[in-house]
Amino acid sequence: MNSTRTVVGKNLRKVEGVKLVTGAPAFTDDIQLPGLLYGKILPSPYAHARIKRIDSRKAKALPGVHAVLTYKDVPRVPHTTAGQAWPEPSPYDTYLLDNKVRFVGDRVAAVAAESRAIAEKALRLIEVEYDVLPAVLDMEQAMVPGAPVIHDEPDSKGIHDASRNIAGYILRGIGDVDEGFRQSDRVFEREYRTQRQQHCSIEPHIAISWLDGDGRLVIRTSTQVPYHSRRQVAMILQIPVSRIHVVKPRIGGGFGGKQEMLLEDICGALALAARRPVKIELTREEEFYMARTRHPQILRMKMGVKRDGTILASQLTVVATTGAYGSHSTTVQGNTGSKVLPLYRAEHMRFECHVVYTNTPVAGAFRGYGCPQGFFAQETLVDEIAQELEIDPVEFHHRNVIRLGDIDKLSAQLGEGKAGLPRVVRSCSLPECIDRAAAAIGWNGKRKALPASGHLKRGVGMSCTMQGSGIAGIDWASAFLKMNEDGSFFLQTGAADVGGGADTVLAQIAAETLGVSLDKIVITSGDTDTTPFDVGAYASSTTIISGGAVKKAAEKVRDQVLRMAAKMLDAPVGNLTCGDNRVSAVGGKRSATMTEIALHSMYKEKTQIMDGASHFNTDSPPPFCATFAEVEVDTQTGKIRVVHMATAVDPGTAINPSQAEGQVEGAVAQGLGYALTEELVLDDAGRPVNPNFLDYKIFDARDMPKLTTILVETDEPLGPYGAKSISEVPINGPAPAIANAIFHAIGVRFYKLPIRPEEVLRALRAKEAGADDQCV
Amino acid sequence: MKTMEVRLKVNGEAKQWTIAPGDLLLDVLRREGYFGVKRGCESGECGACTVLVDGQPINSCLMFAAKAEGAELLTIEGVAQGDTLSALQEAFLDHGAVQCGFCTPAMILNAKALLDRKPHPSEEEVREALAGTYCRCTGYSKPVEAVLAAARGAAR
Repeated sequence: MNSTRTVVGKNLRKVEGVKLVTGAPAFTDDIQLPGLLYGKILPSPYAHARIKRIDSRKAKALPGVHAVLTYKDVPRVPHTTAGQAWPEPSPYDTYLLDNKVRFVGDRVAAVAAESRAIAEKALRLIEVEYDVLPAVLDMEQAMVPGAPVIHDEPDSKGIHDASRNIAGYILRGIGDVDEGFRQSDRVFEREYRTQRQQHCSIEPHIAISWLDGDGRLVIRTSTQVPYHSRRQVAMILQIPVSRIHVVKPRIGGGFGGKQEMLLEDICGALALAARRPVKIELTREEEFYMARTRHPQILRMKMGVKRDGTILASQLTVVATTGAYGSHSTTVQGNTGSKVLPLYRAEHMRFECHVVYTNTPVAGAFRGYGCPQGFFAQETLVDEIAQELEIDPVEFHHRNVIRLGDIDKLSAQLGEGKAGLPRVVRSCSLPECIDRAAAAIGWNGKRKALPASGHLKRGVGMSCTMQGSGIAGIDWASAFLKMNEDGSFFLQTGAADVGGGADTVLAQIAAETLGVSLDKIVITSGDTDTTPFDVGAYASSTTIISGGAVKKAAEKVRDQVLRMAAKMLDAPVGNLTCGDNRVSAVGGKRSATMTEIALHSMYKEKTQIMDGASHFNTDSPPPFCATFAEVEVDTQTGKIRVVHMATAVDPGTAINPSQAEGQVEGAVAQGLGYALTEELVLDDAGRPVNPNFLDYKIFDARDMPKLTTILVETDEPLGPYGAKSISEVPINGPAPAIANAIFHAIGVRFYKLPIRPEEVLRALRAKEAGADDQCV
Repeated sequence: MKTMEVRLKVNGEAKQWTIAPGDLLLDVLRREGYFGVKRGCESGECGACTVLVDGQPINSCLMFAAKAEGAELLTIEGVAQGDTLSALQEAFLDHGAVQCGFCTPAMILNAKALLDRKPHPSEEEVREALAGTYCRCTGYSKPVEAVLAAARGAAR
């Protein structure tokens, strides 16, 4: 956006890139500790059961076993595993270990032993007698009176209605939807269903914990939330925060799955019990059902429109399941309303949601955080409305989408588990995103093309989506900078780069502000002992919130640098500028290099140039996205081949455009899986049927369609150098765009994800049998 | 516990390791400090543990260490020459092909095996070579670009 910038907006190499391409030790497991023990968790074989008797004596007696923990051995502290700011809006319904298990895979006991084989053997030696309880797997059944009560314990807190298995309930709106529907010429209503998707970070969850020389508990962990984890572990293990040191090394992918205090508590408890270092790493199978998933939802979407296509009212009624525990339960579902409905300028909106417990794997944060579900419903319904009104979907979107200067009033009603703050659109290139992605896919020609005569039918479809950039009024971050003798700067931030490139982006912001090259910034991040507080990597917050803190801190440090240079150069501060690794007098020839300034400051003035800053926003500027898909459907086999995905995004300023494109492309790949292949299936006893990469299909390099990625940058007033966010928004669009493209290709609507070949074939056969406009 | 000796070359260096007969190559390599070999699924599905055994990409989680007797292994640690990165490593950095970096060693080794065999591959062939490595971050576009760019560079 700004040609005078030298670091921001440039495709610079990732700051930790060399370490990663050479395989140097970087990740949680890339250390060797003397005396390391292997921790394993005994998972519940039942979806719902009470532990009648548990005896760990045989396991403890096994040579090589150093600790065995059951609920009898640990403090009972209700908490949530959701890595959220205190006080967490998720219910406190979880225990380190409990005398009841609520899903297949729930913790029964944990051991630490000298080898993995011994640990596994020890698990088999733990004698458990279960009183198996009736389980409820279906989210609608769970609310029916008489259904088994999953959280009958008296000490859990914050559950909306435990007796009906309702973890959370939301009812919010603006205007009067009933009046809006009365004023509408046409009202459309459909039901949609979405599935249980798993994050599939290639690095599974892993934590290693030990006591350091001072007896403090160190937890080295693959987390998105080092500070929240520290606070939660302190509470659960009942030790002071000051006695815990959480270290976040490089993370092998998070996608929300690691916005969760998942292993840190039990790993720390084992290390304390064994007085030896302990590692717990989930296997791939465990990762599928002992970690987290996206919330499955049933959505009823209703929209009222004028004959010209103007949307007057929209109503979304959702039932979602959070699984056995309420991690991120109301907040994810709140987003399904607050970030989806306001895409359109309707006066009347209503959002209602029941989040229910079932005896199934626990849902949690997952990239998009409730939006992929909501946008699948909204954007496929909008496509259907446009078709009914005979308006081109591109035109329909242009008429209705939120615009620059609009105020999203629903956000004021629907915040992070409570009333929020209104959202003002201060930057928006959505109309241009729509047009450019449409052009890239060849929309106009392909929409009007006659259907092919053979069995391979092509179609194009589109969707528009938005997200947020940090949680307004809640997310905050801090950063600290100090100058070294060679004119470089150490940047310390609690921000948690989980692989998306935050360290590079934050270093670029610091370098730009200080007028130095990127190699002059050395960043340390995500360590609770050595870096200042940050809520962590979630809610698309790091670039805008942590970046805002870095920019403020860098501005303060720049002022100190300039004042020091003013003394050295005998020039007024106002005449000096930073740039090109030096401070120069405006219009003059005098200048001092950063190295000279640092040496002067440290050894002549005896002053460390250093400062820190904190930052938060009271608004969450939405990034926008237009997603266009071209598909080919084989009517003989039902196979759907996605030919081309064109995605245009408004991220504000892209601090590192190449990294920003990478975020889009990765999100599209996950969105393709969500649309077409990915679903963790449970059998009728709640056991996972496909917890492996053979039976749970994610896209590989051959499966991917052609990707076109377009950044339509804007200048967001609330963001550092105009940046908003990009990591989440592009995951929302693929499922509805693909569903709409399939309709264009074969004239069949799909209302349930994923859209599998067998369902396509079944629908085509039903259509041939005579019914028009099949609904599946 | 029964042990045995295995002799092999890793990244050009002769090694002799004492192993248990059932030890998997992945576990032994990590135990010996080759942390670039990643544990992703332990069932040959994700490909993160890829190493080259006599030039062939192998999932080290599926191979007994004992079977590496006499073999020449290349792990990601052996791809650069000292501080000089290979063309593939440079291309991965320049093309933004590294996000979290967990699958990057496997991607680079699979690409290297391809380029050693076929210096000027088509995009299809690159995708085929990378198909054994799951990446959840990049959507594969930038890794594919990087491999093609490295191949073009090698032609110069």
